[in-house]
Amino acid sequence: MKPGTIVAAALLIILAALPLLTQAFDQRYLLSVGTRIVIWSIAAVSLNMILGYGGLVSFGHAAFFGIGGYAVGILSAEGIQSGWVQWPVALGASILWAALVGALSLRTRGVYFIMITLAFAQLVYYLASGLAGYGGDDGLNISRSRFSGLIDLRDKATFYWLCFALLCATLWFCGRLANSRFGYVLRGAKSNELRMMALGFPVFRYRLVACIIAGAFGGLAGILLANEGAYVSPAMMSWVKSGDLIVIVVLGGIGTLFGPLYGAIAFFALEEMLKPLLDLVHKGWGEYWQIVFGPLLVLVALYARGGMASLLKARG
Amino acid sequence: MSEPLLSTDRLVKRFGGLLATDNVTIDVRPGEIHALIGPNGAGKTTLVGQLTGNLTPDSGTIHFAGRDVTRLPADARVRLGLGRSFQITSVLREFSALENVALAMQAHDGHSFRFLADVRKNTARTDAARRGLAAVGLEPRATAAAAALSHGEQRQLEIAMALAGAPKLLLLDEPMAGMGAEESQRMVELLRGLKRQCGMLLIEHDMDAVFALADRITVLVYGRVLASGAPDAIRADPEVRQAYLGEETG
Repeated sequence: MKPGTIVAAALLIILAALPLLTQAFDQRYLLSVGTRIVIWSIAAVSLNMILGYGGLVSFGHAAFFGIGGYAVGILSAEGIQSGWVQWPVALGASILWAALVGALSLRTRGVYFIMITLAFAQLVYYLASGLAGYGGDDGLNISRSRFSGLIDLRDKATFYWLCFALLCATLWFCGRLANSRFGYVLRGAKSNELRMMALGFPVFRYRLVACIIAGAFGGLAGILLANEGAYVSPAMMSWVKSGDLIVIVVLGGIGTLFGPLYGAIAFFALEEMLKPLLDLVHKGWGEYWQIVFGPLLVLVALYARGGMASLLKARG
Repeated sequence: MSEPLLSTDRLVKRFGGLLATDNVTIDVRPGEIHALIGPNGAGKTTLVGQLTGNLTPDSGTIHFAGRDVTRLPADARVRLGLGRSFQITSVLREFSALENVALAMQAHDGHSFRFLADVRKNTARTDAARRGLAAVGLEPRATAAAAALSHGEQRQLEIAMALAGAPKLLLLDEPMAGMGAEESQRMVELLRGLKRQCGMLLIEHDMDAVFALADRITVLVYGRVLASGAPDAIRADPEVRQAYLGEETG
């Protein structure tokens, strides 16, 4: 087996057993970090579908956190607690949003694409801030989605395993997608868009569908994020979160299946470790953990172009 | 005379004050190599752009395979059977030679909204691509990345990609550009061998290649058709000699 496969398999096994491990070592806080890592991984994998395989640098992917989350939140606030209603509505809203943003932004290229996706995400952000009836800037406390009798999301371990299963499904789908006819068209268009058009591929249509797929999985992550904290707020879709998602994908390895997972783990692990470490050096410095994180990113950009996934490959 | 495969009728394209295509009426018949020659700036590239669908003419019409394609987007024209190669080599550099051809064939093989089946396990697809590579003599290089191929090999690969989906007509934009004498000769033979399969509109500066291959030649100068006819007639045409072939044939 290739070292990359071994590392990925080991990571998945550890993640699968995480609730048991945190219980055994009585580190319940770690389970909540783990849940967030898994949810963010779903979002990062979905961003990687368009950014990594499609070469489309979307700077507005956190909008799907918000749309998925707020769909759940608003329905919950209106008294509809059933996940059977909330989740399909949230996914439908994410798909619609992805179709709208994709249809308009895919007419632009390069830096304009980045800016227009950012602009659309900001639009949703300010819209959510303006929803005074749903908490405005302060956000909204919600109760978790109910799947009566089937699964209780209030149980931390159960919820974690649900998220983990959905991450596995997302990874499975993304892996199949990457090597499907569709995936090859998407990757071909990243390599040479004009050539693909000259070959007879309506590239725009394929990219739009890719955006919609990525948006649906992004929305799924949003649903889970809202349920994780029992809370939604505009902050979950600020442009900083969109940037974090890009950082995770780049750090882990653009266009690799497990890269986004590595990136998410590294991102949150560094955040959790650097904060107390810096606080140890000097009280209060922990808040500025990104001063250390930033240069680390620069090193990755300079010396590990393919991200963490490429390091594993190089060893083999 | 058989029905032309591709024909334009009084095509006009302006860029500001510049008349880049000035009432151009040309046609290509099935199984024919029609060469388009002319000095730099004669409007050859602009004309090709309109034929492929990358540029929209200001007036005039383009018919291909019995259809008015004047307003049809480039990718739809390709699917109708209008293959093309690029003046500047354009391949998918990160993909293998085989995968370049396989993708070119995939474009003609129904839609690609299939998300789960692994293309690498599709042996029919791979075999077809391998035959495509063999047709241009590139089969030994099948697994090499397109970026690692020599210039001549990349041009061959382009032809293999243009031939995918069995086009009715090939638009060849300077296929010999940047080639050495030996590579050019190989390309001439390759194109001659393909003649029975499809018609070709050949834009080329290499006059040896043009006269070796063309059934008809059209001379474009300042966006206008200066002369059109059999190679011998073009060679003898005093206007053409003066305007274009002048310094070469004395």
